[in-house]
Amino acid sequence: MRSNLNFFSDQKFRSLFYQILVVGLFAFGLYYLMTTTAYNLEKRNIATGWRFLSNPAGFDISFSPFLDYKATDTHLKVYFVGLLNTLLISFCGCIAATILGFIVGVMRLSSNWLLSKTAYCYVEFCRNIPLILQIILWYTILLQMPLIKQSKEIGKGFFVTNRGLYSPRPIYEEGFGIVFVVFILTVIASFFIRRWSKKRQETTGQQFPVLWTSLSLIVFLPLIVFFISGSPMSLGYPALKGFNFKGGMVIRPEFIAMFLALSIYTGAFISETVRSGILSVTKGQREASGALGLKPNWIMRLIVIPQALRVIVPPLTSQYLNLTKNSSLGIVVGYADLVHGFGGISLNQTGQAIECMVIVMATYLTISLIISLFMNIYNRSIQFKEK
Amino acid sequence: MKKLLSILAVSVFALSANAGTLDDVKNRGFLKCGVTTGLAGFAAPDDSGNWTGLDVDVCRAVAAAVFGDSSKVEFTTTTGKSRFPTLASGEIDVLARNTTWTFSRDVNLGFEFVGVNFYDGQGFMVPSSLGVTSATELDGATVCIQTGTTTELNLADFFRLNEISYEALPIETNDEARENLFAGRCDVFTTDASGLSSTRAQSDNPAKWIVLPEIISKEPLGPLVRHGDHQWGDVVRWSMNSMIIAEELGVDSSNVDAMKSSNVPEILRLVGVEGAYGEMLELSNDFAYNIISQVGNYSESYERNVGPDTPLAIGRGNNALWNQGGILYAPPFR
Repeated sequence: MRSNLNFFSDQKFRSLFYQILVVGLFAFGLYYLMTTTAYNLEKRNIATGWRFLSNPAGFDISFSPFLDYKATDTHLKVYFVGLLNTLLISFCGCIAATILGFIVGVMRLSSNWLLSKTAYCYVEFCRNIPLILQIILWYTILLQMPLIKQSKEIGKGFFVTNRGLYSPRPIYEEGFGIVFVVFILTVIASFFIRRWSKKRQETTGQQFPVLWTSLSLIVFLPLIVFFISGSPMSLGYPALKGFNFKGGMVIRPEFIAMFLALSIYTGAFISETVRSGILSVTKGQREASGALGLKPNWIMRLIVIPQALRVIVPPLTSQYLNLTKNSSLGIVVGYADLVHGFGGISLNQTGQAIECMVIVMATYLTISLIISLFMNIYNRSIQFKEK
Repeated sequence: MKKLLSILAVSVFALSANAGTLDDVKNRGFLKCGVTTGLAGFAAPDDSGNWTGLDVDVCRAVAAAVFGDSSKVEFTTTTGKSRFPTLASGEIDVLARNTTWTFSRDVNLGFEFVGVNFYDGQGFMVPSSLGVTSATELDGATVCIQTGTTTELNLADFFRLNEISYEALPIETNDEARENLFAGRCDVFTTDASGLSSTRAQSDNPAKWIVLPEIISKEPLGPLVRHGDHQWGDVVRWSMNSMIIAEELGVDSSNVDAMKSSNVPEILRLVGVEGAYGEMLELSNDFAYNIISQVGNYSESYERNVGPDTPLAIGRGNNALWNQGGILYAPPFR
């Protein structure tokens, strides 16, 4: 008894004891959950396992831009269709939210009263209304667009309807491959130009207009090749046949509603992050660079933004993660993402709730970790490099 | 340690979920019944907030059988997707949510269908302005469907079989699907024919919509309970059967008291004057009498909720009694 007490008054032992206790309790809780779940599933004769993944799904999916999906395909394919749709909306949403966030963040700091107040209203309005309501709002607005039979043509081959925006579709013909190869080559070339000009500036101090040179290379060279090789591409125009348009490309209202809502909502948060980042760069830095004779947009680009990014990037990462996870709300408007297709319809048709949910959760976790990984690598590359 | 844990697990769950639903319901004092989020004629709250409908009447019949009071029901709304987990977890005692009886739901999901209270089939509804008269003319159409239903699978089968293309728009609830249809997001709405009638009745101008003649599937709709509790399954099954038998024997809510002195043996057994059938279910012997006097027989329930005089205006069709041209058939009460 006495020796026991002594043991417990030892700080090292005590902290070890409590840590083991906590870990032990957690492990017990996990074990308990798993065994009771398995027990109950067995008791209710609910089949478990992963076999259902290779069974035919039997239902159709409204939106599969990357994979050719048919009702006879398997549940596993439903998973991939959903995954790609989730990645698509997250990717588009993150890009648009970032652009919007940077513009609005800078606008809010503008000395122009109207600009800064507009930005202020946007931020306060959009980040204080639940996202799900914004999604439904956008979708309802889109459903009020013209009916398919009364669609308006805006520009040749572009139609606005409540079933989506229709546009002409490029049809690649033989020989287009060369144009594509030239395009890739110009992109690679512009990287080399950038490296060369940087080196030249470091040694001679002379500047080279990298942006304009690269842009004109990337745009004009493939265009010239395109016309020389006899325009090996034509456009397929959408035309009303029967119930729907056929022949063109279409962006569905479900996608547009999700895209608008996600990017506008997250953009509001990002703009605040950007504002805090810019404000974190002391006024002295700007004044000093002004005194050195730098132009205002150079001050922003070369002095302020690089330092602001150090503050912006970590919270920006969590906004990207939020946007990706929020894309699962697509279910309210029937956007065929991972949760709607695999975590919803497949789950419901097979009854394999636990299996489907485990897969969906593991997938979101993986996507989030990958985003974090890349953002952390980027973050490290822009941090102060102490020499 | 492992043994101890499994004993613990068994004891915890033996207490909660499966054992003696009837006793649980009796102790609780009311029945928990899962219904749709609102499908006129089957389960929808009326102007004063009371749930009415054909499925609701099944719940009320069970409450009348167990408590002698058809009002002792708490209704829980379920979507096509949430209905099965809600029942499996024990949140509700019975699910009466125009649910199709299928092999995999009966076997793989661990439920027990106690019978059929409505024989239905999947159909299509389109705006009459489209000028379509048959489902085979729907090539290229956009179709709104409620997700998580047998409808979704039948639809894919039908279009595949007829080699016509379509675009599916799966939507979470019937209400949202209806709004999408009314807004013109889709050309066609497909669900069980009864659901189409219900949806049409809810539009501003029902004449603007037509239901196409094709019925592409068998949809026997019925209430279900958790697998394994046979006593409770029997209670629900015979509550529903009693309503059908009552119609067959000509017993309804207006004459059920007089029928107590009938000379037909099966009627006497039904209303609890002869035999001890209620006791076999651990209910009172007049359980069927309570159902008929408070809820009515099947015909009364049908005419009140979905029959020709209601906005849904669905004729009896397959749902007529077996001896009147339909397929409604309950085993004998003996």
